[in-house]
Formats: sequence, structure tokens, C-alpha cells
Amino acid sequence: MSKRTTEESLHDVENAPVQHEHSIGRMLQERGVSRRDFLKFCSAMTAAMALPASFAPKVAQALDEVKRPTLVWLEMQSCTGDSEALLRSANPTVGEIVLDILSVDYHETIMAAAGHQAEEALDKTIAAFKGKYICVIEGSIATKDSGVYGSTGGKSHLDRARQVAGGALATIAVGTCASYGGIAAAVPNPTGAVGVKEAVPGATVINLPGCPVNADNLTATIVHYLVFGKIPALDSHGRPLFAYGKRIHDNCERRPHFDAGQYVEHWGDDGHRKGFCLYKMGCKGPATFHNCPSQRYNEKTSWPVASGHPCAGCSEPNFWDTMSPMYKRLPNVPGFGIEHTADKIGLGLAAGAAAAFAVHGALNALRKDKEPSDESKEG
Amino acid sequence: MAKIVVDPITRIEGHLRIEAEVSGGRITDAWSSATMFRGIEKILKGRDPRDAWFWTQRFCGVCTTVHSMASIRAVENALKIKIPPNAELIRNIIMGIQNVQDHVIHFYHLHALDWVDITSGLKADPAKTAALAASLSEWPKNSPTYFKAVQDKVKAFVASGRLGPFANAYWGHPAYKLPPEANLMATAHYLEALEWQKDVIKIHAILGSKNPHPQTFLVGGMSIPVDPDSQNALNADKLMEIKRLLKKAQDFVEQVYIPDLLAVASFYKEWAGIGEGVGNYLCYGEFPDAAGNLWLPAGIILKKDISKVLPVDQGKIAEYVDHSWFENSKGTGKGLHPWEGETEVSYTGPKAPYEHLDTDKKYSFVKSPRYEEMPMEVGPLARVLVAYASGHKETKAIVDLVLGKLGVGAEALFSTLGRTAARGVDCLLIARQTPKFLDELIGNIAKGDLRIHANEKWDPSEWPSEAKGYGWHEAPRGGLGHWIKIKDQKIENYQAVVPSTWNASPRDAKGQRGPYEAALVGTPMADPNKPLEILRTIHSFDPCLACAVHVVDANGNEMVKVKVS
Repeated sequence: MSKRTTEESLHDVENAPVQHEHSIGRMLQERGVSRRDFLKFCSAMTAAMALPASFAPKVAQALDEVKRPTLVWLEMQSCTGDSEALLRSANPTVGEIVLDILSVDYHETIMAAAGHQAEEALDKTIAAFKGKYICVIEGSIATKDSGVYGSTGGKSHLDRARQVAGGALATIAVGTCASYGGIAAAVPNPTGAVGVKEAVPGATVINLPGCPVNADNLTATIVHYLVFGKIPALDSHGRPLFAYGKRIHDNCERRPHFDAGQYVEHWGDDGHRKGFCLYKMGCKGPATFHNCPSQRYNEKTSWPVASGHPCAGCSEPNFWDTMSPMYKRLPNVPGFGIEHTADKIGLGLAAGAAAAFAVHGALNALRKDKEPSDESKEG
Repeated sequence: MAKIVVDPITRIEGHLRIEAEVSGGRITDAWSSATMFRGIEKILKGRDPRDAWFWTQRFCGVCTTVHSMASIRAVENALKIKIPPNAELIRNIIMGIQNVQDHVIHFYHLHALDWVDITSGLKADPAKTAALAASLSEWPKNSPTYFKAVQDKVKAFVASGRLGPFANAYWGHPAYKLPPEANLMATAHYLEALEWQKDVIKIHAILGSKNPHPQTFLVGGMSIPVDPDSQNALNADKLMEIKRLLKKAQDFVEQVYIPDLLAVASFYKEWAGIGEGVGNYLCYGEFPDAAGNLWLPAGIILKKDISKVLPVDQGKIAEYVDHSWFENSKGTGKGLHPWEGETEVSYTGPKAPYEHLDTDKKYSFVKSPRYEEMPMEVGPLARVLVAYASGHKETKAIVDLVLGKLGVGAEALFSTLGRTAARGVDCLLIARQTPKFLDELIGNIAKGDLRIHANEKWDPSEWPSEAKGYGWHEAPRGGLGHWIKIKDQKIENYQAVVPSTWNASPRDAKGQRGPYEAALVGTPMADPNKPLEILRTIHSFDPCLACAVHVVDANGNEMVKVKVS
């Protein structure tokens, strides 16, 4: 693994000669974004993709060669939380995403046109860039009763998903709803809500679950594609390993307190104020795969455990059912103490829970233990 | 008579469709339809009431704290829990910045393009733009160089030939009235507000881990620990960061948003006579102090009569489904109080793809809430009117200032423009008040009070076998109420009557239009194929549809119990 610092890597490419006309790099420059800021962005993306810093020049070079790719964003049974997450994106900002990096040709929450003019923009884009555009879908897709529980422009969401995701280069399902059905699919799933992959089985789908998606993981996924020309390696739930390859519990800043047997017992008690482990308050970190502890939210300000609240397991399929009640501790975790590893806890979890019902998250945890992946390792 | 359809209404939260009849260049009738349904309240049945905030938070990711607030208040009301002062103040700060940030995003990113023609700004003189801006505000960024840079950026973007989200819009429409310089100024601030909003909302991340969907609410208090001597709790460092961000929020509202709002409004005064709506206003009041007194008053105003403010009685609220895709076993024309709801979804609309809805029958997934059988408007306008009519000092001062600057009387408030102006008034009021909640919190912590949670009733075994309660909250979009029934420590029934349910409601049993529908009647349409004017009035309400659609089911099937252990 390279020992070069990010600064050194940036220095290497500062004089990079290639800057194609209308490339992302050129667009940013014309918009008054300095070359150095562009390279910082590349290095932030490199980190988000869990790549070694030495990859930053490659990221920069690749972005200098691509023109703004076309993206269309569809809202289904959503709360718009994932769009709002995009608005909080910092590296790049939403302004840079919309004006410089991508051509966001359809996004109901931000677009100026409405009604027929909006639908016309979508139709034109997916016809002109067939097989080349990126589709992003937010929200689950209602399938019960022929999909009558969701429609836009007089068309059912199910038909829109088939048409738009079906013709896309790839579809990114943002948030847990678009990935696996999410909250609307919780028992008794009144509308037959499903995720994109289930609604459109033939589509190439990358799942970015989380409630909402971490916008840094979204931009990193797009940049990954632009840089490497292929979609990132995915786990068995369709999630990029660079963001979902590690268990929260294993990366948690409070892990030493778990190992030392120091727990929060009541809200606001001494342990809570001192940042002890939230396991007993219901934390689902031991059964959840996501990069929250390292990537954090809102420009790395915080994440749930850091603010004193347990992890809810929101990036796991069916977490609304399998991980609730939220404040109930995970079952049958073997005794505590420094000699017990997370792997043993993962095993105990799956064994204990599978008897009562299918815990997809926990089974996944078990599977991951047996299939360590190089891509998920940090540089 | 031409019936026009606008679907999707963009630059809102959720899926909204408007059908309207246009005759002689004006809208003669209108129908508001929500076209998406999830049924979260049905999913809630049988679950832990302490989890309800986390589920209902997902009603909406835009006003992302409001259902959490209403939910924990409903459960606390049912279980008679009194929360510690620190928790109340932290909630007030979270609500305050949510409101301020949401209003600014609405003005610039959801509403501005109804009034601002970005392409016209390309013809502006940057020096004149700076002079215009300087005449309105002392905002230090408003220099000729700054506006020139923005103009160059937009030019380069347009020259790329890919307009992205700005393609196929209504640029050059005859209803756009701003001079090029005002258009450039607003475009610059559109971009600036995009940066600003992501910064100031970090307050939610500091107090509650992230935004959207902060994860910090608890029945009985808040989960962010308070301890000046810990690095894992709310300490001096974090409190000062919140203070800095609140100042940044207030500065932008005072020096950019309000001056822009007044400047834009001054070119569109005819919209003070358009878009009145139903003329009845409901506000639940907000920002309780430790004794439970509300800083913004609750009340009801009927028929635009601001000489009288009536008290709000939750018992007088009922929902109707005569034009909504639900069934009602009590029969047609019967309204049901939220605690007693027994509605089942039943889609009877046309099969997709369709051209028109059958608006004589059922045509929306939104129900029709009514107060004593009357449609009510909720939102910043209702909040400001109730406060103004109640003699709320700070509100009165700002409203009179705004009316004076525009040279219009109080009657101008009952309009599309009034609604948009009231949102600015609301934003300014709350931007100035929220730092005071922070000062109180700091004072309380300084006294050694570190409590954030009332623990006594956290354990469900301490609860009565049956309880019911309600929680009210003034969300950015208006009065929000959650009603809960708890039985054997589980949710027996849950109902939310949310701001956009009131405002987006279809007709009721008596045929009375909902507020969107009523407000559209009489709106001029320069070109029925380009529905810019419809967007102006609908956006003035700041629609939020995902949370407006829901279902109660008291007699539903027993749901499969799925739990961790």
C-alpha cells in the first residue's frame, strides 16, 4: 500500500496536461472552481470510495476525460429524504453536481418545468441517451392491485420504473425504500411495496440503502463508475463493498466500551454522558453493515451513535421489521468482555434469531464473516 | 371548456396533480389530487409507541423533524410525561432551525423560479445589479464582481447546451415581470442559499446525528447527552458552534431572504388580489417554555375576520373521505374524529395510463379534514394571522413593516403573495427567537441541570393498560396533529392530520373545496399550455404530499407480530 500522502498525490497531477473540452474538470474550471479545489474533491471522493490516497490522480485524470453524464431521478413511494440528503452533499456540493458534474435532466424536486413540460424533458432524455444515462430511483414501488398506489403524469410508478430503469445504463436505488421496499414494505405491506431490483428484475441495479442514503456514498458510486468504467463490487444485497463492506460495530468509536463492558443503562446517566456503549439501549450496530462511523453525515459532523442514540440498522433489508422494537437489545449476544470478538457476536446473533424468524441482516453478517473481501479493506 | 392537467407539480415534496378548468383566461374550477399512498399508519399498529417517532419521521424527509415532534408529544400526552427543561429547549432549537432552513429552501429553490426568469439575468448589468442589491441590503457579498462571476457561470452552463433541471421551463413567459438585474440578483442568491442551507442545518447533526432524519428524539426527552465536562455530550464547544450557525442563519434571513422577498413582491403586487383560498385559518401554537406557555399563540380565524381569534378544540376535528380513495363503514357524508378513524384504502380511479380523473367521484389519496365541517388553511399565513390578531408584539412589528414597505393593507395577506410574504415573516420571527432558546439552554446547563430525559415511564410496565393522547406541532407548513391510542403497551390506533392534508384536501361531503382548490379559482392563465400561474399559487402553500396521505385502520387484520426477540 502506498505511503504517499494525499498532498503529494495532488501535487503530481496539478500539472496534468489533459483537459478535454466540456470535461468535468474543464467545466469546473470555467465555473471558477480552482484546479486545486477540483483535486481536493477528487481526493475526498477517493477516500469515500475507500481507495488508497494514491488513487487520487487516477480519479482526477478520469474526471478530466468524461463529459457530464446524464442522470434522471425518479420519485416513487418516497419521503424525499434522499433528495434532501443530496442537497446536503458537500463534496461535491449539490450546486456542483447539478451545474458541473452531471446533467440532471429530470428531478421533480428541483426542476423548473412541471406537468407536460417535465414529462417531455424525461421522454426526450431517455430516448436520446438510451442505454447511456444513469437512473436514480428514490422510494419503493407499489405493485399491489396493478400498482394503483403510485402514479405520476397519469402513469403508474411501476410502468415508469420499467421504462426508465429498463433503458438505463445502470440504476442506483437510493435509500432503503428503493433498495428493498423499506418502510412501506413493512408488515403488512399494504401496497405491495418492493425495491427497484424486484420491480424491474432485468435492470442493472446498485443499492445504496440507509435512511436516508448518505449522499457521499451516492457521489462516490457515480465517481467510481466514471473513473473505473464499471460499477463497484457489490455484496449479496447489491450494496457497494466500499461503503457497506464493514460492520458498524467493528468500526464504532465506542467499541472499546463494549469490550470493556461499559454500557449506557439509562438516558442521560453517567455512562451516556461519557459516551459508553449503547448496546443495552437497543443499538443494532452489531448486525448492520454501513460506513456511518467513518463517513458520518453533514460534512462528517456526526452519526447516530456519536449523538447518543442507538443505531437503528437502517441499511439492512427489512430492518423495519427485523430490527424493531428499536430500543430492544439484540438477542443472545454471547457474554461481554474483551476476549469476545465481533465475529462470535455475529454468529450468536444469527443462531439465536434465525430460530424465531429470518433476520436477513444478521444472516448477512454471518455470510460476510466467511467472505472477507479485499475491496472492503481500507488503504 | 378546456380542462388542463398539471402532473407532476414539481418543486414540491411528493406527488401532486392539479386538474383545472380554464375559461376566458381564468381558472373557473380546480381539483387537487395526491397520487401516492403508503399506509404507514396501518403498518404502525401493534408496534412499540416509543418507536412511533422514528416511523412517522419517514412520512416526510423534507420537514424531517416535524412528525417526530408530534409523535413524541402524542405519546407523552397519553402517558402524562413531563420532560425536563433542557429537552424542551433542545426541541425548540431543532424546530426553530428546521423552520428557518425549510422556508429559505422553499423561497429560493422551490418557489423562486415561478417569479424569477434565470435567462433574463444573462442580460443584466452586474454593476447595476450590485447597485440594486446595495439599495436593499448590506449583505457584503453583493458586489459587481460577485454578480459578474455568477452571470459568467450561468452563461457557461447555458453555452454547454445541457440545461439539466432548467430545461423546457417557462423562460420568457409573459407573466415574468422582474427586470434583468433583479433576476440576476435572485439567481445569485439561489446558488448562495444552496450552500447556506447545508451549513446551518448542521445544528441538527450536532444535536441529533444527521439531517435529514435526525436520530435524537425520545419519548420523555432527547437522546443527546448534556455535560460540559465530556467530549461525548453537548459541551461548550458544540454549543458555541450552534450559536455561530444560528447567527449565520439569522444574518442570511435578515440580509438576503427578506430583502429579496420584498424586492420580488414589489413587482408582483397584483398577486395580492389572487389566490385567497378558503379564508379560515388554524394554528396550534408553538415553542413552549418550561411552564408550557406557547411563544406563538394557538387560535382559529374564520372568514378572514382578524378581529376575533377563537380557541382550538381538538374534538371538533373530523376527516371525510367522500372524494378520497377510502371507504367509510359509517356511511357517506360522515366525518370521523382521528381517535375513531376506521378507514380502508380503496382505489376507484381510472386505470393507468390515464388522461383525466373522474373528479365528480373520488379523486385523491388525501382525505378531507374539516374543523366543525369547515375547510381550514394551515401554514405560515395562518400562524402569522393568528399571532397578529392576538396582538403578538414581535409578529405585529414585522407584519406592519412588511405591509408598509409594500404599501398594502392587511387584506393583502389573504392571497398568493400574502402567503409567500407570511412565510418570510414567520422565518424572520423564528430566526430571531431561536438564539434565545439556545441562551436559555446554556443558562440552564450553567446552573448544573444536566437532565435530558424523564426516565420514570420509559419502561412500558409502568404504563396504564390503556391510554390515548394527541400531539400538536406547528411545522414549517403549518398545524400538524398526531393522535394515538395505546393498549397493552402497543399502538392500537394512530392517526396523523398533517398540514398538507388540510391544504391539499379534495372536496368534502358538502362539496366544499379544499384550500388549494379554492385558491386556484380566479387565477389568471396567460397560456393554458404553460401553467406558470398555477405553480405560483400552489407553491405559495409549500405542498408536502407524502405525509398528507395516510390511512387509519381500527378494524384491520391482525398484523403478523415480528420482533427481535
